[in-house]
Amino acid sequence: MADRDNHREKTIKVLLVDDEVGFADILAKRLGKRGMAVTPVYTGTEAIQTIRKNDFHVAVLDLKMEDMDGIEVLKIFKKAYPEMAVIMLTGHGSEQAAKEGIQYGAFDYLTKPCELEDLVKKIHQATHQGR
Amino acid sequence: MNQNKGMHNGYYYSLTRNMLLVIILVAIMPMIVVSSIILYEFDVSYHEKVHAHLEELVLKHKHNIDGFLKQKLGDIRLLGKTFSYEELKNESFLRNRLELLQEIYGPVFVDLGVINARGLQMAYAGPFKLGKALYSNARWFQMAMKSDYFKSDVFLGLRGLPHFIIAVRESWNGEPWILRATVDFVAFNNLVENIRLGETGFAFILNRKGEFQTKPLFDLIPTKEPYTDFLKDSKKFQDGVRIIEREDDSGNKVIYVAALLKHGDWLLVYQQRASDAFSDLKRTLRTTIAIVLFASLCIMVIAFILSKRMVNRVALADQEKEMISEQVIETGKLASVGELAAGIAHEINNPVAIMMEEAGWIEDLLEEEDFKERENLSEFKRALEQIRTQGRRCKEITHKLLSFARKTDSRIQDVQINDLVEELIALSAQRAKFANVDININLQRDLRMIKVSQAELQQVMLNLINNALDEMEKSGGTLKVSSALEGDYIVVEVADNGPGIPEANLARIFDPFFTTKPVGKGTGLGLSICYGIIKKMGGDIEVRSAVDAGATFRVKIPIPEDEEQPGN
Repeated sequence: MADRDNHREKTIKVLLVDDEVGFADILAKRLGKRGMAVTPVYTGTEAIQTIRKNDFHVAVLDLKMEDMDGIEVLKIFKKAYPEMAVIMLTGHGSEQAAKEGIQYGAFDYLTKPCELEDLVKKIHQATHQGR
Repeated sequence: MNQNKGMHNGYYYSLTRNMLLVIILVAIMPMIVVSSIILYEFDVSYHEKVHAHLEELVLKHKHNIDGFLKQKLGDIRLLGKTFSYEELKNESFLRNRLELLQEIYGPVFVDLGVINARGLQMAYAGPFKLGKALYSNARWFQMAMKSDYFKSDVFLGLRGLPHFIIAVRESWNGEPWILRATVDFVAFNNLVENIRLGETGFAFILNRKGEFQTKPLFDLIPTKEPYTDFLKDSKKFQDGVRIIEREDDSGNKVIYVAALLKHGDWLLVYQQRASDAFSDLKRTLRTTIAIVLFASLCIMVIAFILSKRMVNRVALADQEKEMISEQVIETGKLASVGELAAGIAHEINNPVAIMMEEAGWIEDLLEEEDFKERENLSEFKRALEQIRTQGRRCKEITHKLLSFARKTDSRIQDVQINDLVEELIALSAQRAKFANVDININLQRDLRMIKVSQAELQQVMLNLINNALDEMEKSGGTLKVSSALEGDYIVVEVADNGPGIPEANLARIFDPFFTTKPVGKGTGLGLSICYGIIKKMGGDIEVRSAVDAGATFRVKIPIPEDEEQPGN
């Protein structure tokens, strides 16, 4: 419990997974500006490797990537680190996949392109409720 | 198009004609063939029957007449054999004999005479005053002297009346003498005159020279064919009957039946018009033909009506098929365009998202102290806001494209269309007020729930309302929205009285990317999305419009069949 409370005070550590490099980088910068420690990665494989080394509070996961299906990455995340919250990003019209993701334990989803404020709000909600 | 129509008409015309011909051929031909065969057989057997009947009739009378002659001859021969020349020469005795014969046979024998070998009449009994007449030159006397007995032809003789003679030769003291009897013509004539059938059937007797031996009922010339033919060919039907059919002078077909009498001396002829003899047959024939004709007419009329109806159905089915295939093509076109659009939308989404985030990043940076003092800050902010706005526009376009590809939230749920329309009208009320547009709502209450995707139906209705408002933005007007139940469909109409749609555009109005709005104002996807959505619901969307008369969009949505209760 104390540990979780510490999270709120400390910097929120976010893993950002999106194969669109430009998008991942700029989103990381903007979230960083809002007091979060964001690690952007650009492939599913990279995400799985990175998550082993760090202790992230939240993962923001694009469901549509070239090397791996986002849902597969989500399953691995939830299996290895069930306490880490996962927020999914989907394209417009792919809500079905996002709903599937929620069944596998994802916290919530946002439709791309989303307003930054919405994403920040979701991240805070996720860390508050904890997973 | 007209040529196409003409070709179709030709096709249906030949289809009707072929069907008609087949029905008529199959139905009428067997009837005509069977009727013809039956009629032919009937005709043949009826002819045979009539001929047989006439033959029998003539043969019977031939025997009657021959019997009559034979009997009369027998009587006279008996008289000649029984009594001697001396006895019969006595006129009162002879008169007694005549009276006796007349008592037995009636007035068949007119008179009796006894003639000696020189042809002088020795005694006479009868009504005429023939006294001692001399017959030596008479032909009958000469013939009678040559044989035992003789029957003459009918002749006028000394008395000037038609009669014929039966003469018997006997001898007394080595001298031949002759007993002669005259047979009454009327009595004999009756034998033949009684042969009457139908209206034109009668009989008469001719001798070998073609002279009448009885009085025919109708006038005719006995020295012409076929009577002369009968006489010529008489050997061929010595004891039988000969029957032929010939046309007479006035062109009528006549049946002739002939038989020989008196050992070939006389010819008994019966004749009757074929039309009279076969009148029953003719009547049957006429009735049958009338029935066949009537039946054929009925069949033709029915065949005509049937094939017309059938071809009309075929034409209707063809039309429906054509419409369906047109729709299939249209749907296919929309689907492929949709797939393309979805691809493009996905591709564009990412760069747009990056651009917007980069703009956001610049905004973030501008918040820092270094920039607060810069004089162009407000200009930066304005530019960034513009980038955001345009980015959102791009997002909207891609969302619309993706909706078009039917990847929006399409969960089916119970929707009360009136509620949905009222919500949308409320949303648009502000805009309508600015555009100086009156809203006129006329909704039919108690409409049943429909099972559709609320989001999609909303999209359709909003699109139609927005389009109507766009049309009337410049000059104001009235927006009429109504709902009604029509059969198995709920019909919603959205009508404006704006400038209307030119006829040339009406056909293309549901095509993707077709728009009349200025560049940048419309994507040309709104109505084609509406079209796709409504078609998917199993409904229909149509437009009625004319220039300066506004436009009315009419959306038909089917009511689910298995609904038990109306929505509440």
